[in-house]
Amino acid sequence: MLVLLGVLLVVAGFAVGLNPLLVVLASALATGLAAGLSPLEVLAAFGKAFNENRYVSAAWLILPVIGVLERSGLQEAARGLIGRLKSVTFARLMLSYLLFRQATSALGLTSIAGQTQTIRPIIAPMAEAARAVETGVSEVAPAEAQRVRAFAAATDNIGLFFGEDIFLAIGSILLMVGFLEQNGITVEPLQLSVWAIPTAIAAFGVHGVRILMFGRRERPRP
Amino acid sequence: MIGLTQVYALAGFVFAGFAVLSLRDSANPRRVRNALFWGLFALSFLAGDRLGDLGNGILVLVMALAAALGLGRSGAGAADAEARADSARAYGLRLFLPALLIPLIVLAGSLGVSHGGPALAALVDPKQATLVSLGVATLVVAVLSVRLFRQPVLSPLTEGLRLADTVGWMALLPQMLAALGAVFALAGVGGVVGETVTRVFPMDTRLAGVVVYCLGMAGFTILMGNAFAAFPVMTAGVALPVLVGRFGGDPAAICAIGMLSGFCGTLLTPLAANFNLAPAALLDLDDRFAVIKAQVPTALVLLAVNTVLMNVLAFPAHP
Repeated sequence: MLVLLGVLLVVAGFAVGLNPLLVVLASALATGLAAGLSPLEVLAAFGKAFNENRYVSAAWLILPVIGVLERSGLQEAARGLIGRLKSVTFARLMLSYLLFRQATSALGLTSIAGQTQTIRPIIAPMAEAARAVETGVSEVAPAEAQRVRAFAAATDNIGLFFGEDIFLAIGSILLMVGFLEQNGITVEPLQLSVWAIPTAIAAFGVHGVRILMFGRRERPRP
Repeated sequence: MIGLTQVYALAGFVFAGFAVLSLRDSANPRRVRNALFWGLFALSFLAGDRLGDLGNGILVLVMALAAALGLGRSGAGAADAEARADSARAYGLRLFLPALLIPLIVLAGSLGVSHGGPALAALVDPKQATLVSLGVATLVVAVLSVRLFRQPVLSPLTEGLRLADTVGWMALLPQMLAALGAVFALAGVGGVVGETVTRVFPMDTRLAGVVVYCLGMAGFTILMGNAFAAFPVMTAGVALPVLVGRFGGDPAAICAIGMLSGFCGTLLTPLAANFNLAPAALLDLDDRFAVIKAQVPTALVLLAVNTVLMNVLAFPAHP
C-alpha cells in the first residue's frame, strides 16, 4: 500500500499548484523508496526511463517550422480568410475540424494534425476570427479569446481520441490484442476496432452539440 | 539506416541552437538558466545513451530544478505585428501550402516506407517511419518557407525559440511523466490499485461490474495519466474474471469500450500533460487547466455513454 504514496503526492501536488516538475520528482522518489530502492537507485531508474522516453519530447522538433510560418503571417492569413468567408461560422469551422480529425485518425493519420501544427497556427486564429465576425466585433475580447482557444484545443484531443481506435494498427488496439492473447483469448484487431465506432459517433454527437451551444452563446458583455 | 538516432540528433542540434540563442539574448534576465535548460535538453538528445542511467538521472534533476526556478522568455525573434500582416497580405493563401506540405510528407513517408519495397525499408527503420518522416518534413518545409517567404536564414531557430519559450518548463513535463510511469510500473503501483478496487467494490450484478470497470478505467487513467497503464490492471482485475468469466460478455467489445472509457479519463487528467497542459501553454492561456475544463462535459457524458453501450452491446441478449 505504501507505494501508493507517490500517486497521492502527484494528485495533491497538482491540486495545490506546486511546480509539476518538482511534484513528479518527489513522487518518483517516494514511490521508489517505498518499493525498497535507495535514492541513487531511484535517480538511476528515473534517468533510464527518461532517456528511453525521449521520443515524447522529439515532438518539439516541429516548433522551428511553425515559428517561421507564424513569422511569415500564417495566423494573420488564417484570420483574414475567415473574415472574408462570412459563411464560415465558429460552429461550422469547429464541426468540420472535429469531423476531419476523427475521420483522418480513423484512417491511422494521427500525425497529420495536432495542437502545435494545426491548432495554434491555423484553427485557433480562425475560430477567434469567426467568433469576432458573428458577434460583430473587430477582435474578440481577451477572455473570450482564451475560451475559444481552449475549446479548439479540446476539440483536437476529442477528435483524435475518439477516432484513432477505429484504425486497426494503432497502439491501443495492438495492446489489447496482445493482452488478450496472453490471457488465452484470441481476437482480431478488426473485432476490437468495430466496437470503437458507436463511441466515435457518440463523441461527434456530444461534442458537436457543445460546439453548437458554444457558438450560440450571446455576445459576451464588454 | 535512418532511425531514432538521426531524428534525436536533429532535435539535439535544434535544442543546442535554442541554448546558444538563449545565452546571447541580453534582453532575457534569466538567459543563463534558459541556456542551461536547452543545453541539457540538447545533451540528452545528442548523447543520452552514453551518459549512463545515473548520469541521465542527474541531467533530468538539474533540468527540472533550473526550470522550476523559473525560465525567462526570449525577447528576440518575433516579427512585429505589422510585418506579419504585410507578409500575410503579400503571400495570402500561399502561406497555407507549407503547412499542408508537412502532413503530406509525413503521410507519404510513413506509407512509402511500409509499402515502398525493400530498398526504402532498408534505408529507413520501418518502426520509426512516422518520426523520421516528421523530422524530414520539418527540415524540408523550414528551408522551403525561409526561401519562399524571404525570412532570415536563422529565423527557424529564433522563431522556434520564441515558441519554445512560450511553452517554457512545460516542454519537459510530458517526458518526465512518462518516466514517472516507468517508476510506478517498477514499484508495482498498478497491481496494488487493481487489488484495492476489486476488494472494495462489490460486483454482484452485471451492471455493477460494468460500472466498476468503466469508471475504474477512467479513474485509474486519471491517476496514472495514461489509459495504457490502466488497461492491463483493470481488465485482468475486473473485466476478464467478472464481466467475461461470470456474466459471459464478449471480450472484444468489453475491452474496446473499456479502453475508450480510459480515454475519457485522459481528457480529465493533468498527468496527460502533452494533450492537456502543453497546449494550454502553447496557446498562451492564463489558466493551466483551461483545456481540461473545456473537455470535462464531453468526457463525462461520453463516459456515461460508454457505460451504457457496454451494458447493452457487450452481452448476449438472453444470459
